[in-house]
Amino acid sequence: MPYSTEDLRKKLQEELEPVHLEVVDDSDGCGAKFTVLIVSEKFEGKSLLQRHRLVNSTLQEELKSIHAFTQKTLTPEQWEAESKQQA
Amino acid sequence: MFSTRISRSLTLFRRFSTKPEEIAQLVKKNKVVVFMKGVPEEPRCGFSNAVVQIMRMHGVKYDAHDVLKDENLRQGIKDFSNWPTIPQVFINGEFVGGCDIVLQMHQNGEFIEELKKVGITSALLTKEQEKEKDSVKK
Repeated sequence: MPYSTEDLRKKLQEELEPVHLEVVDDSDGCGAKFTVLIVSEKFEGKSLLQRHRLVNSTLQEELKSIHAFTQKTLTPEQWEAESKQQA
Repeated sequence: MFSTRISRSLTLFRRFSTKPEEIAQLVKKNKVVVFMKGVPEEPRCGFSNAVVQIMRMHGVKYDAHDVLKDENLRQGIKDFSNWPTIPQVFINGEFVGGCDIVLQMHQNGEFIEELKKVGITSALLTKEQEKEKDSVKK
């Protein structure tokens, strides 16, 4: 079953309460290839693996049919540092 | 309490398609073990390829298992690590993560540290040291 970026946004928004969220559909519309950037306070004090597990469990159902999924998980602090670097 | 423990282990057992004991042994067979689509010489997916390239840059010798060849292994490893996607990287028998995690660890230097912990010197580190030596000589 194909998903839209809106489907994923809604779920991630509800579960992880991100201060910044980007969901990109890289699939040319087939709805099975996504890249997400999530900035959330909920990642504070968690290892990279724990953060990704949190995202994976949030999208447990969707990941069964999504065949390519890239995620980046940052705390607000890391996000700020990273945007400064790029500026 | 005793009976709940039995039923729990039974459901666990049913969930695994390749026996968990077999996988538990596989992940410990080498210091670094990768479950991927295809083989290192010919990865069949961009994510698996990314992991292979990172391993190559660090000069790591590792066990690679092709999940496309064995549907039981493909499902079994997902259940074992409770991780929904391939590739999966194990260091010292411990699940480290998928492509995104390994890539970020590679970028922020953590991967070199993890290798060091299990007694593997990253080829990138050796290169850096040689560079330093050269600059001292000059």
